[in-house]
Amino acid sequence: MIISIASGKGGTGKTTVAANLAASLDQPVTVLDCDVEEPNLHLFLHPEILTRENVIAPVPRIDLEKCTLCKRCMEICRFNAIAVAGKTVVTFPELCHSCGGCTAICPENAVTEVERILGTVETGSVGLPDMTFAQGLLDVGQVMVPPVIRKVKTHRADPGAITLIDAPPGTSCPVIAAMKDTDFVLLVTEPTPFGLNDLKLAVETVRLLGIPHGLVINRAGMGDNGVHTYAKEENLPILMEIPFDRKIATAYSKGELIISSQPAYKEKFQTLFQDICHLADQQRCAQ
Amino acid sequence: MKELVILSGKGGTGKTSLTAAFAGLAPSLMLCDADVDAADLHLIMSPDIRQTHDFVGGNEAVINQDLCTACGTCKELCRFEAVVENDAGFFVDAIACEGCGVCVDLCPENAIDFPQKTCGQWFVSHTRFGPMVHARLGIAEENSGRLVALVREEARRLAREQHIDVILTDGPPGIGCPVIASIGQANAVLIVAEPTVSGIHDMKRVAELAAHFKIPAMVCINKYDLNLDQTRSIETIAREKHIDLVGQIPFDPAFTQAMVQCQTLVENNENSMASQAVRDIWHAVMAHPAMKLERIM
Repeated sequence: MIISIASGKGGTGKTTVAANLAASLDQPVTVLDCDVEEPNLHLFLHPEILTRENVIAPVPRIDLEKCTLCKRCMEICRFNAIAVAGKTVVTFPELCHSCGGCTAICPENAVTEVERILGTVETGSVGLPDMTFAQGLLDVGQVMVPPVIRKVKTHRADPGAITLIDAPPGTSCPVIAAMKDTDFVLLVTEPTPFGLNDLKLAVETVRLLGIPHGLVINRAGMGDNGVHTYAKEENLPILMEIPFDRKIATAYSKGELIISSQPAYKEKFQTLFQDICHLADQQRCAQ
Repeated sequence: MKELVILSGKGGTGKTSLTAAFAGLAPSLMLCDADVDAADLHLIMSPDIRQTHDFVGGNEAVINQDLCTACGTCKELCRFEAVVENDAGFFVDAIACEGCGVCVDLCPENAIDFPQKTCGQWFVSHTRFGPMVHARLGIAEENSGRLVALVREEARRLAREQHIDVILTDGPPGIGCPVIASIGQANAVLIVAEPTVSGIHDMKRVAELAAHFKIPAMVCINKYDLNLDQTRSIETIAREKHIDLVGQIPFDPAFTQAMVQCQTLVENNENSMASQAVRDIWHAVMAHPAMKLERIM
């Protein structure tokens, strides 16, 4: 079972929910931080990093001895990553999407692929029994986020066990890469106009992917009733509410889990997990 | 003409609220929402949309079943696992399709069409603070970077045309493709940091990104009194990285209050501590060498 924790808007509490949920479970869990632009889970779970691996993307290298300047590589490339200029061929690795088109189409076999590093994936153990951890880290200045996310996801647990994914904010390709092929999406929002606007986008996204989903309202009581009204209208189950509480915000600022300072929350997160399991089954049967 | 881009790395630190509050403080400015993925600035600006344009962001492969011989070449070639095979034949999963066109060009039967795809819309609007260019990327679409570049280009063009001195750009979270597209050729970025372990971690990454692209950076601290130790850490990091600290804003429910009423922080209560802090930050930003306006005599 794979649960992804997502939100349209950033800073609504995805990482808080992911870290506390993971630490509350009484069974083995694998936690994957797929917010590879700004991974934060490690700040709350303090993993000991045991392996580190580069994320590689293949990019073209042109053998000018074999090249006849036919321009077919340039023509097939939709990302403007190859330019034939005069008697030479220039490649722009940072624009390359690694589709392999140039390699496949070159009639002279003059295009080979070399490796470009996009980022790193780290795995490790957390000082909690039965928790394994992996995170991706996009190199600063790189743009190709989905391949790093896909690499992190190769560290998911076996289908029988539980995997939690901390997804990036937004609704475009990185989020899709994180949510794809997961069994449930837990949407974390805050009860404000910004929270509501971005929640609607997030709901559209999960519906498009056809994944069962439910809501956690963080900082409940801080804004207005818009999110509650919307949840009711759209039949979105509200699975948990975490109150707007300066004590929780201060604990978060130090990298502390809610369940450390307020142990009563452990049970609430366990209940949340049970509810997710029910919903994942139920909504899948209904589809 | 100067463009300031508001960034944070981490989401939810107050980029949009701050952008909106600044809008009311500048005598003449162009607003640009570069968070095309989850745009929120319009909720405060209530823009009166004057122009709507489609954003054609790329193409999408579609297999013509009448011509397909099910040879499987497309599936073999596709590196994005976008070609799926079932009992009825081969199909392209539109969400997974990268738009690279490799299957289109190499299909031996020429059985794959490659129609253009509208990936979103962009708008030119009028607001109570001046013109605004903003956009909406379609759900699950690619090419957010290109849409960001387009929106900024349009903001620049309009600002030049209307002799507007300052462009204020609300940036996206993260450090990836849309963020890089939002800072190219900008005069300066203002990083909104929050004094939390995540806020600091993410601020460092976005500061590195600005340095990588040689864009001058400033930092301000939102909710600074939430954790004074962390606030001091941010100050230290800013000093070490030679980033100008332009001010700090207290933790103030007025931010949410203003948002609920579709107002800027300053409109909502111009005498609050937070409003005063925002005003000081704006003046410090505009006094920064990277943002100083050159007046042509």
